[in-house]
Amino acid sequence: MMGEERTLTLGLAIREALHQEMERDPTVIIMGEDIVGGAGSDEPGAEDSWGGPMGITRGLVGKFGHNRVRDTPISEAGFIGAAVGAAATGLRPIAALMFIDFFGIPMDQIYNQGAKLRYMFGGKAKVPMVIRALIGAGVNAAAQHSQSLYSIFTHIPGLKVVIPTTPYDAKGLLISAIRDDDPVFFLEHKTLLGERGPVPEEPYTVPLGVAEIRREGSDVTVVAIAKMVNVALSAAEILESEGVSVEVIDPRTLSPLDGGTILDSVEKTGRLVIVDEDTPRCSLATDIAALAADEAFYSLEAPIKRITAPHTPVPFSPTLENAYIPSPEQVVAAVREVMAV
Amino acid sequence: MDIPRDKLLEIYERMVTIRKFEDRVHDEYAAGRIPGFVHLYAGEEAVAVGVCAHLSDADSITSTHRGHGHCIAKGVGVNEMMAELYGRATGACKGKGGSMHIADIDRGMLGANGIVGGGVPLACGAALTAQVQGSGVVAVSFFGDGGANEGTFHEGLNLAAIWKLPAIFVVENNRYAQSTSVKYASAGGDIAARAQAYGIPGVTVDGLDLFDVYETTGAAIDRARAGDGPTLLECQTYRFYGHYEGDTQGYRSREEIEEYRTNHCAILRFRNRVTEQGLVAADELDAIDAQVADAIDAAVEFAANSPFPDASEVTTDVYVNYQEVI
Repeated sequence: MMGEERTLTLGLAIREALHQEMERDPTVIIMGEDIVGGAGSDEPGAEDSWGGPMGITRGLVGKFGHNRVRDTPISEAGFIGAAVGAAATGLRPIAALMFIDFFGIPMDQIYNQGAKLRYMFGGKAKVPMVIRALIGAGVNAAAQHSQSLYSIFTHIPGLKVVIPTTPYDAKGLLISAIRDDDPVFFLEHKTLLGERGPVPEEPYTVPLGVAEIRREGSDVTVVAIAKMVNVALSAAEILESEGVSVEVIDPRTLSPLDGGTILDSVEKTGRLVIVDEDTPRCSLATDIAALAADEAFYSLEAPIKRITAPHTPVPFSPTLENAYIPSPEQVVAAVREVMAV
Repeated sequence: MDIPRDKLLEIYERMVTIRKFEDRVHDEYAAGRIPGFVHLYAGEEAVAVGVCAHLSDADSITSTHRGHGHCIAKGVGVNEMMAELYGRATGACKGKGGSMHIADIDRGMLGANGIVGGGVPLACGAALTAQVQGSGVVAVSFFGDGGANEGTFHEGLNLAAIWKLPAIFVVENNRYAQSTSVKYASAGGDIAARAQAYGIPGVTVDGLDLFDVYETTGAAIDRARAGDGPTLLECQTYRFYGHYEGDTQGYRSREEIEEYRTNHCAILRFRNRVTEQGLVAADELDAIDAQVADAIDAAVEFAANSPFPDASEVTTDVYVNYQEVI
């Protein structure tokens, strides 16, 4: 089968990046709730029975040992803060927050400590850490396990925010995040973890702050975040049959944001639709719309349209949750609307 | 525990430096020469100095909003400290941190901290680094009786206990969390006893007695370095100034403050003991007093004559590296 590209799921691409970086750099450690699993149990086979909520970290402890692969108690302020302190004193910790919805508990350690130490100390500290967390709706996990919330971390100076949408990017972006000298939120959309795609075996990096054009087009620019990239691509297929050429941009990192790629595209197409699974107020959709209004106003031939979740918590019932998540049909309607101007 | 003579002199010098630094900051602040919020450590010197006398630059500490004493005890220079309080470019943090965020990573001072209890998990992290790397260093977290009511205190003690981290948790119980008495705010009335819940030693220390702090901390550090895990020390102490500069202190009497200043001054107590026991001559201590007074004068002069940071510094030091394309 010479020449056939190896494929991995996005989740396994993350696992491979973790293995390769822990092998390469002994200062990389990982900790979080149940990332090994079965700690303290006398049951045969208990150890490594979880490997994190999605099994991604299974196998790490066997290779790197308990000194570098640590189950934590359910103490988010304690272990996220410990990751900050460890990063400031010479390690490169990866802390697994499980679901992003839990950020409220360790938030002081994130935004008042980790994000600010460098600035407050006049540039004399660095905090090279990664916080991994699951984001997104679509698995009926209800209001406290389904949010996106990435706009909150994007808002905070000192933090970086990364969201991979392909297995290739997941591996390359995670390696970049681990090697980065600043605190990075690495956010994994639950419904993308099983997506399969080509992933080279050797370690490689995908730079932070560089967007990817997922589909080239000439009539409308659609900027889509996380799972909304797939929603936008589905919409683009439908619109192609109507003779509308859609360009789909995946920012890949929200902080730093590759505004240049977005603006270049808007200047080319003259139309902008933003698709964001997060809630609408003070959101990435709003931020990107403001960027285009500031910097590309005279290129615009139609109003900017934002397709977002409603200003509500995430509902549980499948019919309600489906109504909550932006759909390809909504994107198609928005594109038709801006094309009609 | 016998403390070597050189160490006794160093301890005295550090305690007097803290006292004179804080007394001077009190005056400079009142004169309007220091902007922002300031919380003074005078009165509590024996705790910071008694603990840090055991530490080298490789050991880490985390501090509090009342952090000047910890900085001086850990070896941060008074010139860059005073310049930081003055908001000058020559400050320890280039004028970006101020009183509540003075830090010196190279000396293991991981920062004063404006968030009560905020430093406890950070110290766990520094201790985690020590454990992962097998470096043999320790991490100390200083916090107040108020901090002992934060969730981070409990999470940090639990985490350090289950991992046997080389950490020492030092409660500076100065009897008041801002204006609120520890008698009101701390259930159980015995903060050291909270250690029992985590299966680690908890010791009540006379925080106004340098020798008690020094000896107890020594045992805790030995235990930490031996891999036996953390210790909680409750150092009972007293602050001479208000919670913040400008505090009218209606929550405690002038008589109470005067009683502590006169009869429970940790520096006076140390001085009397070492001179009465013939360990150090009084004139040697007088000489230190004079040297420190000169050093504080020089620090104020250094700060007052230093330039303010250039406005372009607003946007530097946020990230190590941030490539944003607009």
